[in-house]
Amino acid sequence: MNATVDSVAPVDAAGSVDSTVALMSARGLRKRYGNVTALDDADFELRRGEILAVIGDNGAGKSTLIKILSGAEQPDDGEMQLDGAPARFDSPAAAHAAGVETVYQNLALSPALSIADNLFLGREIRRRGLAGKWLRMLDHREMERQARRKLSDLGLLTIQNIRQTVETLSGGQRQGVAVARATAFGGRIIIMDEPTAALGVKESRRVLRLIRDIKSHGLSVVLVSHNMPHVFEVADRIHIHRLGRRLCVIRPGDYSMDNAVAFMTGAKPAPS
Amino acid sequence: MKLSAILPARASRAAAAFVMLAMFGAAQTAHAQIGACLITKTETNPFFVKMKQGAQKRAAELGIELNSYAGRIDGDNESQVKAIETCIAGGVKGILITPSNTKAIVPSVQQARDAGILVIALDTPLEPISAADATFATDNFRAGELIGQWARAAMGSEAANARIALLDLDVSQPSVGVLRDQGFMQGFGIDLGDPNKWGDETDPRIVGHDVTAGNEEGGRRAMENLLAIDPRINVVYTINEPAAAGAYEALKSVGRERDVLIVSVDGGCPGVANIKAGVIGATSQQYPLLMASKGIEAIHAWASSGAKPANTPGKDFFDTGVKLVTDRPVAGVESIDTDQGTALCWG
Amino acid sequence: MTDNPQSYRADGDGTGVGTGDGAGAGDGAGAGAGNTVAAAAVHAPAHEPPLWRVRHFFHRHPEAVPLFVLLCSLAGFGLALGGKFFSPFALTLILQQVAVVGIVGAAQTLVILTAGIDLSVGAVMVLSSVVMGQFTFRYGLPPAAAVACGFAVGALCGAVNGFLVARVRLPPFIVTLGMWQIVLATNFLYSANETIRSQDIAAQASLLQFFGGKAQLGGAVFTYGVIAMVALVAGLQYALTRTAWGRHVYAVGDDPQAAQLAGVSARRVLFSVYILAGLICALAGWVLIGRIGSVSPTAGQFANIESITAVVIGGVSLFGGRGSIAGMLFGALIVGVFSLGLRLLGADPQWTYLLIGLLIILAIAADQWIRALAR
Repeated sequence: MNATVDSVAPVDAAGSVDSTVALMSARGLRKRYGNVTALDDADFELRRGEILAVIGDNGAGKSTLIKILSGAEQPDDGEMQLDGAPARFDSPAAAHAAGVETVYQNLALSPALSIADNLFLGREIRRRGLAGKWLRMLDHREMERQARRKLSDLGLLTIQNIRQTVETLSGGQRQGVAVARATAFGGRIIIMDEPTAALGVKESRRVLRLIRDIKSHGLSVVLVSHNMPHVFEVADRIHIHRLGRRLCVIRPGDYSMDNAVAFMTGAKPAPS
Repeated sequence: MKLSAILPARASRAAAAFVMLAMFGAAQTAHAQIGACLITKTETNPFFVKMKQGAQKRAAELGIELNSYAGRIDGDNESQVKAIETCIAGGVKGILITPSNTKAIVPSVQQARDAGILVIALDTPLEPISAADATFATDNFRAGELIGQWARAAMGSEAANARIALLDLDVSQPSVGVLRDQGFMQGFGIDLGDPNKWGDETDPRIVGHDVTAGNEEGGRRAMENLLAIDPRINVVYTINEPAAAGAYEALKSVGRERDVLIVSVDGGCPGVANIKAGVIGATSQQYPLLMASKGIEAIHAWASSGAKPANTPGKDFFDTGVKLVTDRPVAGVESIDTDQGTALCWG
Repeated sequence: MTDNPQSYRADGDGTGVGTGDGAGAGDGAGAGAGNTVAAAAVHAPAHEPPLWRVRHFFHRHPEAVPLFVLLCSLAGFGLALGGKFFSPFALTLILQQVAVVGIVGAAQTLVILTAGIDLSVGAVMVLSSVVMGQFTFRYGLPPAAAVACGFAVGALCGAVNGFLVARVRLPPFIVTLGMWQIVLATNFLYSANETIRSQDIAAQASLLQFFGGKAQLGGAVFTYGVIAMVALVAGLQYALTRTAWGRHVYAVGDDPQAAQLAGVSARRVLFSVYILAGLICALAGWVLIGRIGSVSPTAGQFANIESITAVVIGGVSLFGGRGSIAGMLFGALIVGVFSLGLRLLGADPQWTYLLIGLLIILAIAADQWIRALAR
């Protein structure tokens, strides 16, 4: 728990960023799938430079919220703001353009494509000059160079062959590739959906460290997780989602894990 | 094709059976107009299109109500079975059918005959031929024989050194293909071996057989294959005129189109035009329109007097005739020229 | 822990996220563990048995298997038949015989790479060729305009397929099964099954037979149709491996949701693939006229099956995302080599079908085996 306090303090003390200003927010989000209401007047607020955990019981609407924030789905109703200006993401590509990157629970990697191809999927770099302009030729060398650098930044340089297909990688390495992709293109907000769910203990530690690394670079992180110890270890604030809406937001220092779980499941009423 | 046919076929067989029950009563009380069915192999081949036209024209003249059915592709037995069932249910007096599968259709034909319907096979005999009340067809062996005789005469003494390619229909050796092929050999003076199949002949003048599916693509490919075996080929028998046109393209691509004799069977209008243009040397013309109109007349006779049609003397079917069409007549083989052929051609 | 120095050095080189190692300094054990995990995973490939490497090689070079089979069958028939088979004439004849299937197969490959299938390719090809012919002869259009109309018809058919698959999200098998019937019926209704004779085309609209023209090199004969096929395959190979569009085709076939989430518009990619497939089928229709000389509505009945055969034997996975267009060409050539080789040996044509059937099943088994490595 000490680690949590440590990591909260510097951001609050830094003063260079106004941590109380919302970087991304949403009001009154609604989303229905047939008869099922997944989001019912849900609010959301992510502040600059923070790690915001989103927790909630199964079926509370967390994933729908994440899909809307990342542009994978569009809300039936409600509005989103980015930097105080109205924002609307019609597609993941639109969210990318606005600096919102997501590491999905299933990682959204193409197994048969190489690491480099995956990293640059949808954002390929073309050759300069005529070859790129007229023949639309890709600059594989440049993409591989950048991919290698990005992975080395994340301490994953040990993957020797950047042309290796993703399916030949271990779960932790794949996670690394997905995180590298999310951080490689100057995104300001990284959404991570259950990043440790499929990982072993050691690989989970690695990912948690990555999340703190990301934050230390001034990026904001939305962390969706079922794992309370992980959430309490890294989160600055915790958004508790229940029955399709935001129940409350707590600071991990103020409540115990048991309390958070009780709020989440409705065993205890939410703090006002 | 098959995939799409299986499910609906089951459903509609059940439906046909149901309709049959329902209509037995209705048929009894229906007014006196004679009903007839024409079931062709496909609706796309001009041969059958022409056949249908001939049948419709004669049926209208005789006051017969004619319904037409067809398989989807050549070989589609399922659709023809359904068509027969529908015709039985409809209480028709006669069925004209060009069987896609000469053996498999027999039980259905029997079913129709048991219901008192006159069944006449057109163009293609059933197996056995007696499974139908009558067969109105081209004598395919004779058709082959005519072009064989013509080719032999046209080559003169060189016929002894001929290099012969035979472009047949299909590896399953349907009877129409075998008869034409063997007829050609007979006419050309080749020992047939077993006349019920091709491919067992030992005459050294034969370069080989290949199959064409009766279309241009197959004709070209088969010709190419045989040219690869022996580039000296100078006589080409083809199952029909589209195959001949394909063979001609293959020969043209190697510059041999002028010194190879191509013969064919059918007498379709494009085929006759190809004879005029020198692509094909001679073809045996058959008369689908006649088959159909004769068939309709036979049904009319059966319905009014109960008389069954008779076979051509000496044959186990009614021969609707065949004529050799060529612009290079040879002595000893009766032929008509392409102008006459054009007047009689179909499709 | 021996791996740590390497890892730290790596971190030091970078300027990105990794330099923030200090943030996790309070958690030394965690950091060390992380490095070990990452490092350990790397060595996995090197320690795998040789079979793994073979698989991996085939996995990265999906056209290697069919190329190998092609060379083997060439060598086999060459040994059995000698100069008759190994003549420039016979070898280029195989090319001529597979040209149409190779072109249709290119369209089929594109669709199958997206985990779809196109049963309508043959019908679209024939309808396009019929339009090219009939527009010239029935309406008196200049041949060039009629050819353009043929391409437009091909693109239109492709667009309908693409719309239904990408937009309405119907399964490609069903959509193209329907289109196959519709297009074929349209073809017969429109053409009234009328064949336009080769001689008429040569006299009045020789442009339609353009691809029947040929370049001769000694005994070797290369029709323009063959050249078109090779150029098309080369062009598509380039597009699939060297452009973003090509990467997206693979990604969409591999995992459409992942591609979508990564920022690729799966819908647009699918749509473009089906339209392109339609255009390629129209090209095949034009080449077909050159090949058979005439315009025949009954041609190409088996083009869809033959193209799928070439694709499968060519090592393209029916599950999408794997394989190459060059592999498809090798697959088509294998079929061509077997057909001609067996004919020259004097075998019953049924043996060709039997062997091709075997090859298909072997190819699928090989695909499964190679894919099994992924898991």
